[in-house]
Amino acid sequence: MKFFYSLIKKVSYSLLLLLAVIVLNFLLLHIAPGDPVETLVAEMGGATPELIAQLRSDYGLDKSFPHQLLNYILRMAKGDLGMSFTYDQPVVKLIMGRLAATMILVLTALMLAVFLGTILGIMAAQKPKSFFSGFVTLISLAGYSAPVFWTGIMLLILFSYLVPIFPSFGMYEVGSSGNMLSYFLDVLHHLVLPALTLASIYLAVYSRIARASMMDVLGSDYIRTARSKGLSERVVVYKHALKNAVLPVITMAGLQFSQLIAGAVVVETVFSWPGMGQMAFEAILRRDHTLLLGILFFSTLIVIVVNLLTDMSYRLLDPRIK
Amino acid sequence: MNKEPILKIEDLCVDFKTRTGSVRVLHHINLSVKAGESIGIVGESGCGKSMTALATMQLIPTPPGLISEGSVLLKGDDLLKLNEIQMRDVRGNEISMIFQEPMTSLNPVFKIGMQISENIIRHQGKTKKEAQELSVAMMRAVKIPGAARLIKRYPHELSGGMRQRVMIAMALSCQPSVLIADEPTTALDVTVQAQIFDLLRDVQQDMGTAIILITHDMGVIAENTQRVVVMYAGHKFEEGPVDEIIHHPKHPYTRGLIRCTPHLKKNMEHEREELSEIPGIVPDLSRLDGLCPFRPRCSEKRRQCDEQMPQEIQTGDGHFVCCWAAGEDQ
Repeated sequence: MKFFYSLIKKVSYSLLLLLAVIVLNFLLLHIAPGDPVETLVAEMGGATPELIAQLRSDYGLDKSFPHQLLNYILRMAKGDLGMSFTYDQPVVKLIMGRLAATMILVLTALMLAVFLGTILGIMAAQKPKSFFSGFVTLISLAGYSAPVFWTGIMLLILFSYLVPIFPSFGMYEVGSSGNMLSYFLDVLHHLVLPALTLASIYLAVYSRIARASMMDVLGSDYIRTARSKGLSERVVVYKHALKNAVLPVITMAGLQFSQLIAGAVVVETVFSWPGMGQMAFEAILRRDHTLLLGILFFSTLIVIVVNLLTDMSYRLLDPRIK
Repeated sequence: MNKEPILKIEDLCVDFKTRTGSVRVLHHINLSVKAGESIGIVGESGCGKSMTALATMQLIPTPPGLISEGSVLLKGDDLLKLNEIQMRDVRGNEISMIFQEPMTSLNPVFKIGMQISENIIRHQGKTKKEAQELSVAMMRAVKIPGAARLIKRYPHELSGGMRQRVMIAMALSCQPSVLIADEPTTALDVTVQAQIFDLLRDVQQDMGTAIILITHDMGVIAENTQRVVVMYAGHKFEEGPVDEIIHHPKHPYTRGLIRCTPHLKKNMEHEREELSEIPGIVPDLSRLDGLCPFRPRCSEKRRQCDEQMPQEIQTGDGHFVCCWAAGEDQ
């Protein structure tokens, strides 16, 4: 019951937060120089002042800012995110077409980073002065320092050009047909490099956190108790210590999820991954405010949902949090 | 009292590697305990009490620690000759340990029932259900009210005293021959302290467990053990029956310890006599010179003390002491 109550409280806070983000996004884009009509006119190769005025009124851009904002929020409440003029399609439909690709990429990268990072961190923590531990530190530092696009391009050169074992762009082979399994394997094959690239930064962060947290936990009294029960080292580390040590990693993963989505923009562009990030990039270039706002809205929604899930998973893992 | 000792530590030496070289933290420790007997190890912080316990369990982090000499004989078998895998069958099964901090000695993210039954499953090959039932029985044995309900609780939902009872239930769940209690009540209220010792005495009578009680409190030793070992800076200074040690301590350090314990002071002439203290501090173990480590603080220092480390001598029935001054009294 307490759990349910706190869930309701958290969800209502989240909704307020979502509203605030919507208003802020709208405000920021309004302040930013350049408007969609200018870009449109430039692409058409010029237009008469009458036509420009006509276009502005068509898109509602001639109204006052509060009026535009109110219109926008009212439309959003009805689930209408507007039309993208560059694609000439409803924004919701465009995003829905891209959302899955982004989520596949982001979630795979997240799993990879959390799972591999934790494992590497634990192994490094068990022998903190070993060569392996130093190696993990080195890799972490390199992964963390290198810009994502650079890592991406380097992986492309290595595994797509010099040793062509992975495809260089896209999510599946054009014109490939077949059953679900071959489609799945095809997507998986395309997923390897982008997911690794996106995971590389976070892998570094998580392995460091896992290492520090594990070293801390391994020195604690209850680990000594577990050893004094005659439990094997595997049970001590992967059962008694891990459940405690993984908590900071989960927190960090939840907090950094937003950055992972931001990182996806770059990775999707480098690997031509047909996701939301790539579309956001184009929307910015073309001043497609409606589409951009829609993408920002969905990203916010995802981040908020993930934060809620993190919070809940924390409660499941740590009985002390009620 | 003429039984063979169940646990016999002989000539135990432990070294720790540090940046500046190897430091010996235990110097040829000898002690033994018989079934159903309670012995105490007493001394100031850092004297090697806990180290002796951890060395017995082979729970010293290696490296930097290393058991360099000696033997730990359990029912005649040398535990130091066992490998790690074999040693795990001894821990929690033949020799169990409870620790000072019941607050942090239980894993916060696992249910109490699971933490007790884990030991039973590990050593007795019981099923989960059987182990749960045994855990409840064990918790009843250590007088935890509402045991059946409490196994589903987490450690943070229990008081310190209850948690220490859980630790005791866990330690005794496989009927060990030896229970090592490392300052089991230091973190608890005085009222709870008495309850825990009563409990230990009861289960000892029921199971015939040998108890090694580690404490810095001579009062606790006096009330709860039959024999006592006094340690200082990794050395054993004195050993003997509790009454004998308290009334006729031979070592100046033991005398100092007793003078520091309020209600042990016999011959109290004034109601409010001031407590005495032992001047000076515990020496840095890396700077010992092979002579008596208590020398700088000792009020009865004599010429031999600066020349040679005294040998252990017997001064009475089961009373051993390691001091030049005690030797002269003979």
